[in-house]
Amino acid sequence: MKDEVTPMSRVIEARDLNLVFQTADGPVQALKDVNLTINRGDFVSFIGPSGCGKTTFLRCIAALEHPTGGRLTVNGMTPDQARMARAYGYVFQAAGLYPWRTIAGNIRLPLEIMGFSKADQEERVARVLDLVELSGFGKKFPWQLSGGMQQRASIARALAFDADILLMDEPFGALDEIVRDRLNEEVLKLWARTGKTVAFVTHSIPEAVYLSTKIVVMSPRPGRISDVIDSPLPRERPLEIRDSREFIEIAHRVREGLRAGHGDEL
Amino acid sequence: MKRVLPVLTVLCGIVALWYLASVWLNATWVYDQAARDGRSVTFSQMVVETQSQERPLLPPPHQVGAELWKGLTAQAVTSKRSLVWHGYKTFEATMAGFALGIALGVGLAVAIVYSRTVDRSVMPWAIISQTVPIVALAPMIIVLSSKMGIDSKLVPKAIIAAYLSFFPVLVGMIKGLRSPDAMQLDLMRTWNASGLQNFLVLRLPSSMPYFFASLKVAIAAALVGAIVGELPSGATVGLGARMLQGSQYGRPLDMWAALFAAALLAGVLILIVGQLERLARKRMGAAG
Repeated sequence: MKDEVTPMSRVIEARDLNLVFQTADGPVQALKDVNLTINRGDFVSFIGPSGCGKTTFLRCIAALEHPTGGRLTVNGMTPDQARMARAYGYVFQAAGLYPWRTIAGNIRLPLEIMGFSKADQEERVARVLDLVELSGFGKKFPWQLSGGMQQRASIARALAFDADILLMDEPFGALDEIVRDRLNEEVLKLWARTGKTVAFVTHSIPEAVYLSTKIVVMSPRPGRISDVIDSPLPRERPLEIRDSREFIEIAHRVREGLRAGHGDEL
Repeated sequence: MKRVLPVLTVLCGIVALWYLASVWLNATWVYDQAARDGRSVTFSQMVVETQSQERPLLPPPHQVGAELWKGLTAQAVTSKRSLVWHGYKTFEATMAGFALGIALGVGLAVAIVYSRTVDRSVMPWAIISQTVPIVALAPMIIVLSSKMGIDSKLVPKAIIAAYLSFFPVLVGMIKGLRSPDAMQLDLMRTWNASGLQNFLVLRLPSSMPYFFASLKVAIAAALVGAIVGELPSGATVGLGARMLQGSQYGRPLDMWAALFAAALLAGVLILIVGQLERLARKRMGAAG
């Protein structure tokens, strides 16, 4: 279905992207010559050890960091323009729900800030709560929900204003394996239903392989892309697919890529 | 009961110590009096006599209690001899100063959090202001305000109360407004929130626990300020003036009664602030 790659379908495009942080210990090359195209509807995972720049790259897309060289476009705009056009929803590692607002109140927050009408707000909150299977929890406060449910609420919050890009920065990193499996399944369902373009940062090889249409393997010092794997797995993925031969082969290639990138450090 | 018992135990201890101290301190006068009259007193006679003197060095609890009760209930609350009336005057100045202190503290905190220049230029002075003894400053404020043609006795007292109470609010609010972490600020940025929205939706609600903690300190400071404002000579109104008169005219019972009335007032004020905090916490979704 991604045979026809037109400029319109290129959602995120990075050309020779560089980012150097000036720190007290001198300059640190966080990203070096990153080239990547993400097409509409892709589910792209970024995997690599700490310091490989995967989160930094995601933050560049979100215009939370600014590259010091190269070109980066989001929906054909600069990242800053895209941010102002509400091109993306961002999910952080921690749910970051405001404890003084109910779940519905938290999801409504970006809508209030963006000036949606009251009726529209209610309608959207109900819709995304349903989407993440939290209907009936709208009136609860965050502390009344489990960690997994809080993270689902934060995904609902990122979906509420209909951005067509979803940026997720290790959203399930703090959750246990069982909850993580369930949420992975749910994210895939969500992705299938909404057709969003997803950029997903993770530490976990199975998570990356299970979720992605494209896996970007990164390596540190300087942060760079060491391998890009287009997954041959079908879009429809039951959890059992993780026992298939193809799955294990891709996971193996990711592991090899990570090892190569690490060089002498392992 | 579990919470009351420790408090009661300590209270009993204090009362017992107080009685012992009153016997010890008032005994000298009993012996002097007896020597002058040429009679001798036994130990038990001495103890009894220390408990009912007209001008004791340290009045025992029951005398203070009786005097306090008389001051509160023996006359109409509008009478100038009523501790209720004096207490109300002090309360008035405390609340005016408290409100002024909150406005000043919050306003300055916002300016300091949003402007490096204000942070660097004003913050040191705010700290220095608290190192000046208020008893030295209070008479100057009173004289100045009357020179400036302010007839109201309330205004200088409120200014002194505000001077003491703005500082805890300032410190608490700076900490509170700066409490949102980088992730929360980033989140607001991804939604392209304006500076005002950032303030109203994130920083202000985040600061509330710090705000209420500072209010408890500030209300006590405001009361102290109002009372200090009533101390300079010539003042006739308020619990501070009652204390001063009691000590100047050798009526220790008056002084102690006024002192306890002030303590009572402080307790009530702190209780009210505590209740307000509980209400706010409930509204903001806290568990208890």
